Amino acid sequence: MQIMMDKLLKLLYCTLILFSVQGVAQTVEVCNTCEINSLKEAIQMAVAGDTILIKKGTYKEYNIVVDKPLTIKGENYPIIDGEDKGEIIRVTSDHVTIDGLFIINVGTSYTSDHAAIRVVRSEHFLIQNVVLEQLFFGIYIEKSSNGIIYHNKIIGDAQDEYNSGNGIQLWYSKNVLVERNIVQKVRDGIYLEFSDNIIINENTSTNNLRYGLHFMFSNDDLYTNNLFENNGAGVAVMFSKRIKMHHNTFRKNWGSAAFGLLLKEINDAEIKNNVFEENTVGINIEGSNRIVYANNDFISNGYAVKVLGACYANTFEKNNFLYNSFDLSYNSKINDNVFKDNYWSSYTGYDLDRNGIGDVPYRPVKLFSYVVNKTPETIILMRSLFIDIIDFSEKVSPVFTPDNLVDMTPQIKRYE
Amino acid sequence: MLKILKYSFFDLIRSRWSYVYLLFYLLLGCVLLFLNNDLSKAIITLMNVIIILVPLIGTIFGVMYYYNSKEFTELLLAQPIKRSSIFIGQYLGVALSLSMSLVIGLGIPFALYGLFQSNEIWDFVLLLVTGTFLTLIFTALAFNIALYNENKIKGFSYSILLWLFMAVIYDGLFLMSLIAFQSYPLDSFSIGATMFNPIDLSRILILLKLDISALLGYTGAVFQKFFGTGFGLFISIGALSLWVILPVYNIYRKCRKKDF
Amino acid sequence: MINIEQLHKRFGKNQVLKGVDLEITKKGVFAILGPNGSGKTTLIKTILGMVIPDKGKLLVGGIPINKNWKYRDQIDYLPQIANFPANLTVQELIEMIKDLRNHPGEDKKLIALFKLEPFLSKKLSNLSGGTKQKVNLVLTLMFDSPIIILDEPTSGLDPIALLHLKALIKEEKAKGKIILITSHIMSFVEEMADEIVFLLEGKVYFKGSIEALKTQTQESNFEHAIANLLTFDHA
Repeated sequence: MQIMMDKLLKLLYCTLILFSVQGVAQTVEVCNTCEINSLKEAIQMAVAGDTILIKKGTYKEYNIVVDKPLTIKGENYPIIDGEDKGEIIRVTSDHVTIDGLFIINVGTSYTSDHAAIRVVRSEHFLIQNVVLEQLFFGIYIEKSSNGIIYHNKIIGDAQDEYNSGNGIQLWYSKNVLVERNIVQKVRDGIYLEFSDNIIINENTSTNNLRYGLHFMFSNDDLYTNNLFENNGAGVAVMFSKRIKMHHNTFRKNWGSAAFGLLLKEINDAEIKNNVFEENTVGINIEGSNRIVYANNDFISNGYAVKVLGACYANTFEKNNFLYNSFDLSYNSKINDNVFKDNYWSSYTGYDLDRNGIGDVPYRPVKLFSYVVNKTPETIILMRSLFIDIIDFSEKVSPVFTPDNLVDMTPQIKRYE
Repeated sequence: MLKILKYSFFDLIRSRWSYVYLLFYLLLGCVLLFLNNDLSKAIITLMNVIIILVPLIGTIFGVMYYYNSKEFTELLLAQPIKRSSIFIGQYLGVALSLSMSLVIGLGIPFALYGLFQSNEIWDFVLLLVTGTFLTLIFTALAFNIALYNENKIKGFSYSILLWLFMAVIYDGLFLMSLIAFQSYPLDSFSIGATMFNPIDLSRILILLKLDISALLGYTGAVFQKFFGTGFGLFISIGALSLWVILPVYNIYRKCRKKDF
Repeated sequence: MINIEQLHKRFGKNQVLKGVDLEITKKGVFAILGPNGSGKTTLIKTILGMVIPDKGKLLVGGIPINKNWKYRDQIDYLPQIANFPANLTVQELIEMIKDLRNHPGEDKKLIALFKLEPFLSKKLSNLSGGTKQKVNLVLTLMFDSPIIILDEPTSGLDPIALLHLKALIKEEKAKGKIILITSHIMSFVEEMADEIVFLLEGKVYFKGSIEALKTQTQESNFEHAIANLLTFDHA
């Protein structure tokens, strides 16, 4: 009986201690010369709710598993060096924060997608102020929701698509905020697959091999105020629904298969207030329907908009088309899209009644763009007087281009 | 030669036509800039004008000057001056005064507009360089035509034909041959064909600046190399220089053998 | 000073000079005469290097003229048709020619002689034919070169100017120059020329003094003597 009592008391005592530990979160310090000199060890020592503070230094570790709710915080960017051996940090618990680490040398593999930070089946994660270099995959969110990826810098050195990974990847994840990240020189800057209700805001995605931002089978996402520059293609949105794209800048995506924005089999999207500047193709549209393009600026692109295949019930209104080599290219004679109230810098009509709307309708598709589609080498004749003459005759009596494809209300002044 | 150049030049810059030409460019520049208030658009329009008009003016002026100064030339031929100096000097006089009208006529409105503070300055400089090249080339071609044709009417007709051919017909034939042979690789052919027409060459030079985004959309490796690197610019400038040197050399050669 | 041997020149199908031999060594006034199309102007232009001969030798001052241009410094040439750059004034033209030849030139005296002062600041396009010819004469005679070639110098001149011209030619002759003249005015030729060079069908048909010509043709009148040369040939 006495023994029983003792045991009970001991248990109670232990539980009390335990509770007190949980109630007042402890800080576990890690440094090269400390008693605890590795992150793995610190995670093992820590209890849920603790903060692990990593001091400046280099920690050669990989396959670190964060399996309890912890805050892992680096001081002055300590380096976690994976020495190309594989995955570096895997988060398997909810409520994990990773903050201020400098993670390098993720192992490249052809069989598994090693990431610098992988979050698996967890919620309420926060990854911020992390710098990643020499990586394969950067931040990989797998079947995890309600998290934030904020203010990270991912600088890859990808050479070929087949052996490089993506900067930030979301797979079967929902309600994630991706904000103010910088992603460079990886395969896809940000990649979303089967991920819905994602908000992507104020990121800079540049010099990536494939796409700055890539949607696959993802719905109801919103991306705003991002900059996509000099990627294989700026943004690719494929097989997705109800994506909103506002106030983004797509610049200098140059090359034979380069686009500012590639839309493939997407429906009911909204593309507003974006800037497309100096891309080979501003927007490349294939089989996409019911999309509203409004208040965008298309400046000095090769093609502002290139329409391939069947695209129905799209509306282009109040956009500025400025100094593009071609404003619009169609590969078919059928048009079911509406063009109205746009400003076209190559419009040469007049406005006698001074209502701000040109009195002559504008035909954005030139015969020459049709010729170039058929025989690409003819591009070398662009801006030749002869081409101007045939363009003019086509304008007067359309033979090769859809004759209902006109902007009946071209603006005289550009939208500011 | 410098003396002849000097006299031809001053003779020309005092002629009514130089003023008309200068005023035309001044007016064009002002209208484009101050009515539209859009520098990029102005430069694109200007490019179309320069590529068509500069060769036309160059040929017409060249032929006209040659025929009109025939007696003066004969007066000079009896002086102790080298023949080639007389003709090359006169040629340079015409070409330089035309170029000057172009550069000043367009330069003033653009400078007033605040070109030097804008990003378009290099596009504009390229435009002027191309315009100058075209003036040099087409004036030289016109002198050649005039040297070979004593008959004024014939000379004029040939030079108009030359312009029409270079500005329109050549590109028409070019386009047709590209479409006709579209199943063959045409990269090298199309770049090659461009080299044989100075108007096309100048157009390419300007395309490299204004339409590089569209040009890079084409997949051919030769195009990629030509347009994507400094190579295209280098080759175009080189070919344009050849287009100046060869006709001028022919003026030099022909005038030494000709009877007056 | 001028040596011409077997000079040939063809313009297209038209063989203009068919082996001209001419040697002018002594000083004096030489009149080059001949019917229209006999090659007078071609010969003069060949001497000046404006027409390039097909065959033959041509030496001026003992130097072959082909591919040489400096020898023209020794020649003053009065072209037949006086047309000048329209935008220049008389004064500018004179200055220009002086500049091009790099010689000072005695233009002041000649301008005064032909009374050209009022025209100095006028543009050449506004001058009458006679005034243009006077300007032309000033341009030619203001330099002091050993050879003077005058192609129809009398055309358009008024009698006073003609007198001045004759005086000038005599003056230049007295300085010991070679003066070549072509003219259709026979009295002028008779008065001025020391020797006649008569061209016919691309060859020198006669060369010698007026006296010798008269003797050979047995005509006492110069004009008849010339006509006789032509008819005799055709007979």
